[in-house]
Amino acid sequence: MNIELTVNGDTHQLDLDPRVTLLDALRDHLRLTGSKKGCDHGQCGACTVIAGGRRINACLSLAVTHDGGAVTTVEGLGQDELSPLQRAFVEHDGMQCGYCTPGQLCSATAMLTELDQGWPSHVSAELDGPYDLTEAELAERMSGNLCRCSCYPGINAAIRQARETAE
Amino acid sequence: MRPFDYHRPDAPDAACHAAAEAGAKFLAGGTNLVDLMKLEVMAPTALVDLSRLGLDRIEEDGEGLRLGATVTNSDLAADPRIRSQWPVLSRALLAGASGQLRNKATTGGNLLQRTRCPYFYDTSADCNKRDPGAGCAALGGVQRNHAILGTSDHCVALHPSDMAVALRALDARVALRDGDGLTRVIAMDDLYRLPGDRPDLETTLAPAELITAVHLPAPHGDRQVYRKVRDRASYAFALVSMGAVLAMDAGRITHAALAYGGLAPRPWRDTEAESLLIGERPSEALFAAVADRLLRDAHPHEGTEFKVPLARRVVAAVLREATQ
Ligand SMILES: Cc1cc2nc3c(=O)[nH]c(=O)nc-3n(C[C@H](O)[C@H](O)[C@H](O)COP(=O)(O)OP(=O)(O)OC[C@H]3O[C@@H](n4cnc5c(N)ncnc54)[C@H](O)[C@@H]3O)c2cc1C
Ligand code: FES
Ligand code: FES
Repeated sequence: MNIELTVNGDTHQLDLDPRVTLLDALRDHLRLTGSKKGCDHGQCGACTVIAGGRRINACLSLAVTHDGGAVTTVEGLGQDELSPLQRAFVEHDGMQCGYCTPGQLCSATAMLTELDQGWPSHVSAELDGPYDLTEAELAERMSGNLCRCSCYPGINAAIRQARETAE
Repeated sequence: MRPFDYHRPDAPDAACHAAAEAGAKFLAGGTNLVDLMKLEVMAPTALVDLSRLGLDRIEEDGEGLRLGATVTNSDLAADPRIRSQWPVLSRALLAGASGQLRNKATTGGNLLQRTRCPYFYDTSADCNKRDPGAGCAALGGVQRNHAILGTSDHCVALHPSDMAVALRALDARVALRDGDGLTRVIAMDDLYRLPGDRPDLETTLAPAELITAVHLPAPHGDRQVYRKVRDRASYAFALVSMGAVLAMDAGRITHAALAYGGLAPRPWRDTEAESLLIGERPSEALFAAVADRLLRDAHPHEGTEFKVPLARRVVAAVLREATQ
């Protein structure tokens, strides 16, 4: 099936079997190997990309359903220079093996937008925001991204720093 | 994954029509169906993508709201009307899955997601739900995430949805449409079947019948609580969950709708247990009586006994919070 997909600002025409997931289309067809395949079942967040402005698990999304849509991967977060969040990950040692990092970066980028939009979370005491990025809010909102190396202290510090410098 | 045809209709009638083909399935967010197709637990021969049907709106509907079937779980949880008047629904949605998954998961797909019984997912294990008549490996197997109410000798699988529990407590109704263009609206209560001797038949939907919307009536009470107990603080299915919608007047309970997750093959309600509350002043003894009533027919297996005392504590905690 022929589809059109705009990835990190570049538009591509792809001829795909409908079984191809968005993750496999990015990695195997467009050679954008930043997005990682961890569990392949929506459980780890390594494949997180931003589609239509929202973070999603690319492993559970069929590429054909994104026909005409726009996707941002880790490669698109900071194209000429690293994004402030990416820099903060480096500064705070937010990674060890780095496998979860692209997903963490995409997820955190979109999570900060959700926070700006005043979305509540499971741990929010009140349902009407705005919300601060407390430790509990950060942990809850990033709970879809697992890190096997347990780099959470560095990851959390980096996300907070990026948040503070953005304010 | 087995090969399938892919259809992307642009109107509900075309979707129902396309789904009338044998072996066809609707595809909403795909967060459950694609997962099951990868494992070949489900192998539809055609997918009918619902993303372009225009069913992604939340609209005022008389006293309540009409939630389009493809509204995402995150949009629904964040909607200001839901947050202020139906907080139990926001809370239930936010307690489910992760931010990424809620951005894809939809109202219709959430209600019709399949069980998380590990034997259902393991195609080498016997499962009456996957393969009618095969037997149930869960019955002699490791039990923790299984039901204790409404089960049968053929199946002990749980209904996993948090949202469905809240919708049950809110007396929501489900709007359906079939391939002939016929529409009907049923109570949430009438959507799900108990397993009996056919655990593969989980709902009362006809083949190719599409959920077009969920109708949310004005809530009967402003004391709304959702509590979910699970093995991890976040991002895990419920061991026991409970949604409560209560109203009180002059210190007495005047309305109580209590729904439960993690206990049964469908979102569970026991109106007899609820009726014990009406006209009464809240007390620990009263809450214990409600729990006794709810659990009178509980049938735990080895491994799920813990759910009985756990459910008792959840009932008491939720009723305490909702009546204080
Ligand atoms: C790691 C993980 C953790 C999760 N944790 C939770 C949790 O804690 N709580 C919870 O409640 N859920 C949880 N979920 C499940 C998630 O909520 C569901 O996968 C999701 O809601 C399904 O919605 P969907 O739109 O993606 O459905 P799909 O996967 O697209 O569809 C599911 C089923 O519904 C049918 N369907 C979809 N829409 C319609 C319609 N309009 N009419 C008729 N049939 C339809 C499809 O044919 C399919 O059979 C979790 C999922 C994952 C992967
Ligand atoms: S690879 Fe997609 S969530 Fe793990
Ligand atoms: S850095 Fe190794 S998985 Fe996170």
